[in-house]
Amino acid sequence: MTTRSEGAARPWRDVILPGATGITMLAAIAMVFLLVPSDSDQGVVQRIFYFHVNLAWMCFAGFVLVSIASAWYLWTGRRAADRLAVASAEIGMLYTTLMLITGPFWARPIWGVWWTWDPRLTMTVVLWTIYAGYLMLRRMADGDETILRYAAVLGIVGSLDIPLLILAIRLWRGIHPAVMISDDPNAGIKDPFMVWTFLVAMVALGLLFAWLVWLRVRYEAIDERLAALHVEKARA
Amino acid sequence: MWTIVLKDLAIERRTGELLSSLFLLALLVVLIFAFTLDPDRLKAPEFAAGVLWTTLVFAGTLSLNRSFVIEREGGAWTALALAPLDAGSIYLGKTIANFLFLLLAAVVFLPLILVLLGTRGLAPQPLVIASVLLGVTGIAAVGTLFAAMASRTRAREILQPLLSFPILAPLLIGAARTTTAGLGAVPLEDVTSWLLMLGGFDIVFLTSGWLAFDWILEE
Repeated sequence: MTTRSEGAARPWRDVILPGATGITMLAAIAMVFLLVPSDSDQGVVQRIFYFHVNLAWMCFAGFVLVSIASAWYLWTGRRAADRLAVASAEIGMLYTTLMLITGPFWARPIWGVWWTWDPRLTMTVVLWTIYAGYLMLRRMADGDETILRYAAVLGIVGSLDIPLLILAIRLWRGIHPAVMISDDPNAGIKDPFMVWTFLVAMVALGLLFAWLVWLRVRYEAIDERLAALHVEKARA
Repeated sequence: MWTIVLKDLAIERRTGELLSSLFLLALLVVLIFAFTLDPDRLKAPEFAAGVLWTTLVFAGTLSLNRSFVIEREGGAWTALALAPLDAGSIYLGKTIANFLFLLLAAVVFLPLILVLLGTRGLAPQPLVIASVLLGVTGIAAVGTLFAAMASRTRAREILQPLLSFPILAPLLIGAARTTTAGLGAVPLEDVTSWLLMLGGFDIVFLTSGWLAFDWILEE
């Protein structure tokens, strides 16, 4: 049982993290839309990178978090671990979806197509389906501990798939020119203000991720307590 | 472990329903492909390899689902869990039985596909055998694990492929590539890397299934 009332404000969770998320997000939006210069080659559409690329980082971070939390849950059986796993999977899914939506907006004017079977794109869409499968399995659980344990196994097995996936896609698409990976020393962001914008957007999306995961974990905990109270009431 | 394999094979020998339905399914899939993608317009090795792996994956879904649904329905799950065997051996037994069914399916499908679709341009090589063996092992290894999970949920039949297919992505890329090369004597760069990747996939998922089955079996 928690000693503190659920209604009481906790400074980190309720003030500092959401506040920092809000401020950095506003700063990132202002920098991306108002302040940073447009890319000389790609024009205004390049601005989507500040969000798109950072969403991608957090998407992979979410995946790693799911497998760590899953392993923790299998070994200790602690509810907190399972809550962290589901929260990371859901927010990771959200970020992956946003990444898959923002990508084509850039690809259409620059590559001329909405989608190509470039290694990273292929990889992302497969990861999205693994997340989706994980969440579907969990939805079938309805509080069934066994299925939650199955989901944890899937969370770990899914992460084992990633290195093989990278290898297979590299071998498959290896002969094609890598569109985004470049050994050219002149490639990449050079303008210092662009770098700053990129970093602020990274911090903003990272904080947002952490805050959303935290809220989702808390929601899960409250939901479990509610379910327990229903059971108690039904017994009484 | 071999007891489980023999048990599954015995069930099949007595009913025979799985193999006959697999054969019919394969024929239908080949027909659907021939109708929807004109075989005369596509390169034979690519087309045949694509059809083979699509058919095998879907046929695998049928046989893998059955593999645990019959245990659940017959109430044999508890018996399995209580059997004086460790969970890993039960997993391996089930996987071997599924592997044998899929291999048999592949042995039936491949000539069918070659005869019906490979009117010209096919020159099968031994590489096809390696490709099929490694690919089928991977489908059985991954599918058996997820079929066991899915059999506990409401949506048994649909959940197993939903969980397996994304995980099988690297395997299918490799299997299709090596089969294409093997069927048409198409030079493939790095055949060794492809085969190593497929072998690596099989080892990773056989091991993880074997280790994870402890958590799957206990209720």
